[in-house]
Amino acid sequence: MSDMHEHSVAYVRDTMIDQQPAPETQGGVVNWMRANLFSSLSNGILTILAVYVLWKVLSGVAPWLLNGIWTAPSLSACREILQGATGGCFSVLTERWNQLLFGFQYPSDLYWRPTLAFVLLFVAIAPVLFYKVFPARMLIFTAIYPFLAYWLIWGGSLLVPVTAAAGLVAGYLVYSRLVTMSFAAGFFGGIAAASLVWYLAGLVPFGGVLALEPVDSRNMGGFMLNLILGTVCVSLSIPFGIALALGRQSSMPIIKWICVIFIEFIRGVPLITLLFVASVVLAYFLPPGTTFDLILRVIIMITMFASAYIAEVIRGGLAALPKGQYEAADSLGLDYPQAMRLIILPQALKISIPGIVNVAVGLFKDTTLVSVISMFDLIGMIRGPILASTEWNGVYWELLGFAALLFFVTCYGISQYSQWLERQLNTDRR
Amino acid sequence: MKKSVILGTLTVAALSAGTAGAQTLSDVQERGTLNCGVNTGLVGFAAPDANGNWEGFDVAVCRAVAAAVLEDPQAVEFVSLTGKTRFTALASGEVDILSRNTTWTFTRDVDLKFEFAGINYYDGQGFIVPKELGVSSAKELSGATVCVQTGTTTELNLSDYFRKNNMDYEPVPIETNSEAQQQYLAGACDAYTTDASGLAATRAAFEAPGDHVILPEIISKEPLGPLVRHGDDEWEDVVRWTINALIAAEEYGITSANIDELKQGTDSPEINRILGSADNLGEMLGLDADWAYRAIKANGNYGEIFAKNIGESTPIGLSRGLNAQWTDGGLMYAPPFR
Repeated sequence: MSDMHEHSVAYVRDTMIDQQPAPETQGGVVNWMRANLFSSLSNGILTILAVYVLWKVLSGVAPWLLNGIWTAPSLSACREILQGATGGCFSVLTERWNQLLFGFQYPSDLYWRPTLAFVLLFVAIAPVLFYKVFPARMLIFTAIYPFLAYWLIWGGSLLVPVTAAAGLVAGYLVYSRLVTMSFAAGFFGGIAAASLVWYLAGLVPFGGVLALEPVDSRNMGGFMLNLILGTVCVSLSIPFGIALALGRQSSMPIIKWICVIFIEFIRGVPLITLLFVASVVLAYFLPPGTTFDLILRVIIMITMFASAYIAEVIRGGLAALPKGQYEAADSLGLDYPQAMRLIILPQALKISIPGIVNVAVGLFKDTTLVSVISMFDLIGMIRGPILASTEWNGVYWELLGFAALLFFVTCYGISQYSQWLERQLNTDRR
Repeated sequence: MKKSVILGTLTVAALSAGTAGAQTLSDVQERGTLNCGVNTGLVGFAAPDANGNWEGFDVAVCRAVAAAVLEDPQAVEFVSLTGKTRFTALASGEVDILSRNTTWTFTRDVDLKFEFAGINYYDGQGFIVPKELGVSSAKELSGATVCVQTGTTTELNLSDYFRKNNMDYEPVPIETNSEAQQQYLAGACDAYTTDASGLAATRAAFEAPGDHVILPEIISKEPLGPLVRHGDDEWEDVVRWTINALIAAEEYGITSANIDELKQGTDSPEINRILGSADNLGEMLGLDADWAYRAIKANGNYGEIFAKNIGESTPIGLSRGLNAQWTDGGLMYAPPFR
């Protein structure tokens, strides 16, 4: 056939033609606009409306941003400089940035400590978040990090966090020795060993061994407080949530009912009520003059709250696994902890990631609720001390916009990470 | 760690349960700092500055008491409290004084078991309206929409006042003062009502304060003062007489400028007694002779504190009004130091 073809055709092109621009009717800006913005009368009207709204918003916001005053000492000075022109008074941010980030009571010469802790946070979570990129040895630093961060932020003797860590290590060693006999023996043996270490350490006076200047909990504030509460509560509530979710599925009635009642009670009560209990009602039960660290109280309450929600998310993940997976684990002769650890949980947690991230983002934003119990988190700082100063009374948009920006950056980052992680883990189940 | 904290708490609980009560003065002196409950932020009354130092009219009371008791006006640990947490904090012993623009009422004094150690500011509820509304008296507000903070005595006073004058109004419930400012400026209500000092501070923050007037009617009595726990009379005396010393100092012309000179001794026996150069009044309080000298020296006398924080030269610009000395037609009247 080809031979015949060769002769029957007068001319055959033997080089490729360079890529040509699309025909006039198909390419160009005008055509793109016609196809995407004005494809029909109603779309055209909507486009014009959208452009109009966009213009309105931008023409309002842009001069406010560009014309902003960054160096005035007070709101009235800002207004004097602006002389009635539109412009934000961002001077409040340049003057009070340290209070917005660290609260107004954290000693200003010690700002490097929480800042260092914040930077190290990324080093610590990197091997957890990107476990394929970073070497597993970095996890050792992750394990040390909570104690290091505590020492950096609160100060005091280094021996306090070291002892806390030593208790945990002792507990783990006993656990790993006894767990071969049975999980329960390992679990309770570990707790006993850890308590023993802590008790013994409690008898030794630490004094000022390797002490940083201590900072009281009540002096924590600003965005730092939101980050502390968010990070601590999220990371604590995941293990608690897993335990609660497993407990709720347990066949042992007492454990099951304890978990059910706990979850349902916590989920049925608003977070703000729990926070009031932490700050106000507990004070009635505690004797006069004693103050049980407020941040600790709040962390316990928020962790309880978040664990209940995460437990339900994980229960959803557990329920989504086919029954065959449980049966497969049983047929391999694995006992309950092994089956959970090796087969069920890795799959269930993978399914639960979007839900867990959702709870984490919500929880992080909920940490601003602590401002109602007179803790000076970012919002508390804005609503209380800064708006109440004679210089800055009346500056709302600039301050709250800054707060929104900080929260948006953090929450958007978390959500982007979770989407990336889902794509990474999405090996099956489409 | 947590366990030992809890155990420690319980032990301290057992030890201190019986002893808390009638010895705040020695507790404070032992501790070396005064725990003072203040507002989380109220313009002119209590707010931290850019360096985190508390200042304001209510804060000055704490500083004066700390100066009298601890010889150091800076030895104050400020605990900021919201309207909801303030009474618990005082009752549970978290703070020694509550100096947080708290109105002296019967129930707070009698039922909640607190003692008001005096009045440092006579406030009252007023109205602010835009000038263009053309209203010059609260009596002309019939039919107006009024922004009012919910759950406060302000709300009750408002309805009492309108009922008493046979007028009707439409309340616009608001949660916080800053929200109220925005609503009022946005025109959501014709008038905004709260304590007159708050109105002045609010108006000071407006872009065009001159476009708004505070109506002359004051429709309620809001005597504000520091309070302490019931049943500790020695401590109450210390706070009460520290405030009286500040008020009396203004009456007798003792200022932070001339106090050192006057302390050398004067012709006025009253000044000598206050400043401790005659009769040792401080000893009767359980303090030393110079207690009032230090209290006045800390921030100046009552008039100086007023002028510095909320007076006419500040952006808040409150006039003395009821808070003038009795000799100037006000209500500030310190009992004799004798």
